[in-house]
Amino acid sequence: MPLELRARAAAVHLVLIAYSALAVGPILLVAMNSFKARNAIFGSPLAPPNASTFSLIGYQKVFRASHILTYFSNSMIVTLVSMALVLLFGAMAAWALTEYRFRGSTPLALFLSIGIMVPIRLGSVAILSMMRNAGLNDTLTALILVYVAQGLPMSIFILSEFIQQIPKDLRDAARCDGVPETRIFFEVIAPLLRPAIATVAVFTIVPIWNDLWFPLILTSSDSTHTITLGVQQFLGQYITDWNSVLAALSMAILPVVAIYVIFSRQLIAGLTSGAVK
Amino acid sequence: MANLRIDKLNKSYGDAHVLSDVNLAIGDGEFLVLVGPSGCGKSTLLRMIAGLDGATSGDIYIADRLVNALAPAERGIAMVFQSYALYPHMNVRKNMTFGLKFTGVPPAERERRVTEAARMLRLDELLDRYPRDLSGGQRQRVAIGRAIVREPAVFLFDEPLSNLDAALRVSTRVEIAKLHRLLKATIVYVTHDQVEAMTLADRIVVMNRGRIEQVGKPLDLYYGPANLFVAGFIGSPAMNFFEAKVESIEGAVARASGAAIDSLDLPATSLAVGDKIIVGVRPEHLSRASAGPFAVSGVVELVERLGESSFAHVRRADDKLLVAEVRGRETPEVGETTTFHAPLRDIHVFDASGSRVGAPMHDQA
Repeated sequence: MPLELRARAAAVHLVLIAYSALAVGPILLVAMNSFKARNAIFGSPLAPPNASTFSLIGYQKVFRASHILTYFSNSMIVTLVSMALVLLFGAMAAWALTEYRFRGSTPLALFLSIGIMVPIRLGSVAILSMMRNAGLNDTLTALILVYVAQGLPMSIFILSEFIQQIPKDLRDAARCDGVPETRIFFEVIAPLLRPAIATVAVFTIVPIWNDLWFPLILTSSDSTHTITLGVQQFLGQYITDWNSVLAALSMAILPVVAIYVIFSRQLIAGLTSGAVK
Repeated sequence: MANLRIDKLNKSYGDAHVLSDVNLAIGDGEFLVLVGPSGCGKSTLLRMIAGLDGATSGDIYIADRLVNALAPAERGIAMVFQSYALYPHMNVRKNMTFGLKFTGVPPAERERRVTEAARMLRLDELLDRYPRDLSGGQRQRVAIGRAIVREPAVFLFDEPLSNLDAALRVSTRVEIAKLHRLLKATIVYVTHDQVEAMTLADRIVVMNRGRIEQVGKPLDLYYGPANLFVAGFIGSPAMNFFEAKVESIEGAVARASGAAIDSLDLPATSLAVGDKIIVGVRPEHLSRASAGPFAVSGVVELVERLGESSFAHVRRADDKLLVAEVRGRETPEVGETTTFHAPLRDIHVFDASGSRVGAPMHDQA
C-alpha cells in the first residue's frame, strides 16, 4: 500500500479508536466499579478491581433491597412487546404505503413522517391525561402504547425505503402464483426485510430500554417500574448508594448488548442475493 | 391449454397512450411472439393479459372466458419474468410449490408435478438448492418450472432470455421451443430480439408505439412486410431503403427511378405517375454477380467479415449507407466502386405513407 494511503488509513483508525474509547470508557468504568467496595470506588475510581477491593456488595444489595427482578421483567416486557408491535405495524404500514395507492395514502405518509420530526415528549401532558382517562395510568400497557407511537414513524420510513428496493417482479410473480396479498407480505416480502427489520429493531429498543421519562410520569407503583426508574431509588438527595447504582446499571446494559448481538448478525446478512439476475 | 382473444384493448396513463385498439386472437397451442422496440407496449400488453396491469378499455378472453375483472391467479396464466423473480429465501422445490399451496392443489399432486417438471427441465439435482446457488441458466429453468407446475392455460414469457449470455441464450431458446412442442401449450412470448421471434414463433406480432403493425408467420413477415416499420425491424442487418419516383406507366409496368438507383420496372398495381415510393431490398438479397432489374452502385467504406458471409457498407449516390451481404471469400475492397443487383421478387415497394404497394413479389416468383 502506498505510504499516503497507509497514513490516511491510520488517521481514520486513530479517530475511530479515540471515538470508541470515548464511548466505551464510561461503560467500562461503571462495570468495573460495580465490582468494587465503596471505599475503592472513591479511592481509586480508575483502577480495576483487585483481590483487596473486589466486592459484590452492590449486587447483593440490589437483589436484597429492591424489586430489581420485577423492574427487569417490566423493562423486558415493555421493550420486547413495543418492538414487536413497532416492527409488525411498521412493516405492514410501510408495505401498504409503498405498494397500494389508495385515497389519502399521500397525506397519511406525510402525517406519519411528521412523527419523525416532532418529539413525542412534547405531548407528555396530553398523553398523561389520555392514559388517566382511559384507565391505563400506572400500567405497562400505557408505556407500550406510547413507545409504539414513538417508534412507528421512523420504522415506517426506514422500512419503506427497503421495500422499494425489493424487485417488483417478486410481488408480481407471487400474484401470478395465486398467493393471497397477506401471504405475499408475510411470506415473500417480510423474509426479505430481515436486515431492515434488524436495523429498525435496534433503533427501536435502545431508546425504549433507556427511557426514564415516560416510566416516571406514567408509572407510580413498584410493580410497574422499569429498570431505569428502579435504579433511581438508589440515588438520594443526600446519600447515593453508588454500589447499588453501579451494579444495577451494569446489569441493565446486558440485555441491550445481547439483543444487539443477536440482531447485528442480521444487519450484515445478505439481502436479495439470487432473487433476480 | 386454451385460446386467447384480445378485443379493442386500450391502455393510457393520462394523455400517454401505451396501447391503442389492440385486437388479437391466439389459437389453442399457438406460440405467439410479441416483438418490437423498447417502449412499444409489448410488455404492457403481456402484463395486462396476466392481470398485473388493468386495461383502460377493452376485453381479454382466455379460453372464451372474459377475464377483465379476474385476479392473475384466477386467469389460468403463468408468467416467466425477465428477472426470473425467484423467491430468494426458498429452495427450488419450495419456489415451485409455493403458489400451489394457495390454489388448492393437494400435497401429493404438488409433489408429482414438481418431479415431472424437474425431470423435464433437468432440475432434479437442484431441488434443494437456493436461487443464490444457481447459475443464470438454472434460475431461468426454475422460473419456467414454476410456471409449468401451475399447469396454466396460457404461458406468458417476458423477455426470458435477455439476462443470459449469448451461448446460453441459444440453447435455452432451443429448450423453450422443445418445451412448447412437448406441452402443446399456448404461449405468449415478449422479446425485443427479432432472431428469438423468428426462431420461436408460430406467429409474430410486430408492435410499434402501442399499435400492432403486422401479425403473421415469421417468413411471411420476412418476405412480405406490410409496411416500412416491419420491413426495417424484421431482418438483420436491416433492409435498405431507396427513395424513388414513378416516372411513367405503360400497361402493367411502372418505371421508377431514384437518386441512388438505376431506373427500374415494377408491376404497376395501384401506382400512378408522379407517386413517390420507397423501394426496399434486404442486404442478403443483393448480389454482385447476377444482373437483376434492380441495381445500385457505390463506394465500399467498410467490410465486416463474419466468416461465411461479410457485410459491405457502401456509400450510395444519395450519400446514405447501403449494407450488402457478400458470401464467400471474395469480399470487395474498401474504396472499390461496386454495383449490386437484386431480382424483382426480392424488391419491396412502399408508398409515401409507408404501406406496402402490391402483394409480395416473392410469392409470385
